[in-house]
Amino acid sequence: MAELLKKDEMKPGAIGEGGTMANLYTGSWRTYRPVLDMEKCIHCLRCWILCPDSAVEISEGKRQETNLQHCKGCGICAAECPVGAIEMKLESEFMREEQ
Amino acid sequence: MATTSLKKLSEREDLLSGGHAACPGCGGTVILRQVLLAAQQDDYHVVASIATGCMEVVTTIYPNSAWRVPLVHNAFENSAATISGAEAAYRSLKRQGKYEGKVAFFAFGGDGGTYDIGLQSLSGALERGHNFTYVCYDNEAYMNTGIQRSGATPKGANTTTAPAGKVEPGKRECKKDLTAIVIAHNIPYCAQASPHQPRDLMKKAQKATVTEGPCFINVLSPCPRGWRFPPDQTIQIAQLAADTCVWPLYEIENGKLTINYKPREKKPVTEWLKSQGRFKHLFQPKNQYLVEEIQQDVDARWRRLLAREAADSEEPE
Ligand SMILES: Cc1ncc(C[n+]2csc(CCOP(=O)(O)OP(=O)(O)O)c2C)c(N)n1
Ligand code: SF4
Ligand SMILES: [Mg+2]
Repeated sequence: MAELLKKDEMKPGAIGEGGTMANLYTGSWRTYRPVLDMEKCIHCLRCWILCPDSAVEISEGKRQETNLQHCKGCGICAAECPVGAIEMKLESEFMREEQ
Repeated sequence: MATTSLKKLSEREDLLSGGHAACPGCGGTVILRQVLLAAQQDDYHVVASIATGCMEVVTTIYPNSAWRVPLVHNAFENSAATISGAEAAYRSLKRQGKYEGKVAFFAFGGDGGTYDIGLQSLSGALERGHNFTYVCYDNEAYMNTGIQRSGATPKGANTTTAPAGKVEPGKRECKKDLTAIVIAHNIPYCAQASPHQPRDLMKKAQKATVTEGPCFINVLSPCPRGWRFPPDQTIQIAQLAADTCVWPLYEIENGKLTINYKPREKKPVTEWLKSQGRFKHLFQPKNQYLVEEIQQDVDARWRRLLAREAADSEEPE
């Protein structure tokens, strides 16, 4: 195989490393925050496969908390959860709590 | 191993990271994630190209990329031509014994980049028989530049270049049946899919990955911004498209058509139309005739699909 260009040898227009958008923060886009009731969750993973922002985390087949760095609060997970385990709550309520 | 078990797939790496700039609730990134998760099977490495459009713009904001696979963005009109070149180079390297790995080549494009400006390069790549899969995410307009009408925009939709107003009722022309155009190339595998049925879409992506030769998957991609609906409804709207037969899910394998979803009760097209603001004006009395035309168009296409499926099932294997 031909030698790959090193990152600092690349000319503008090429991006040397994949997945770096994961370092960006899109959580500030949210108006509503998904709040998961773990007791209700049946770990069907439908919210995971339908999330546009890769923000639903799964470990060993089990639903984990939502990644709030990436979640934009679209609400697809809450709308699609078959057992109603996710509720969308106004983000401003959390701001008040955090203050 | 090819699997559509969500549990098994969740052990794989998401090949599209979060942190991209798609609108909340965008159907396009759901489709990309599902296709990329499914394509990683049997030691395949994914190499992709993408046409200019929302999915390219939002996932590759320099100097970052959301893609965890090699991705080429070339121009608006040549996603299929670009992946053809990559695939040809790969075959050459293999012939020369310089590369051993298995690569699944994927070309992505929006409806503008596929139905319209990239149609010639798509047709060429299909006809030349490259071993690749083209995935069109069809959000039915040129969204990234502000909701302009495309060949994929359905009759009656309000767009910025075919606006609904006092004189015009939105787009007057029918949606181009691109899947039928692709079928006419006699490629080994072609399908229509939708993100609300992830297992169906992922199975199709897997079939396409292992099929030798060109494959095509046309995926309906609800766009909250351009279709005018709240972002949490993306998946329900995709479901409505299947339940009204506005967007039938079917596949053609080696010339034989199979419908993958037949609604138990075919819903009236008005349910689909009223779910989105882009069709709001159709409910004015003066536009009633268009609603009737749209229903007739949908019914006629659905009848033709059913007839073709029945005819194909009688053909000798
Ligand atoms: C040759 C050329 N013409 C026009 C444009 C401007 N342009 C960039 S993205 C875009 C719309 C893409 O529409 P589509 O393929 O449907 O993808 P979407 O944005 O809807 O996902 C246009 C017109 C361009 N980049 N190149
Ligand atoms: S305009 Fe539509 S297709 Fe483009 S990123 Fe937004 S929701 Fe997705
Ligand atoms: Mg489009």
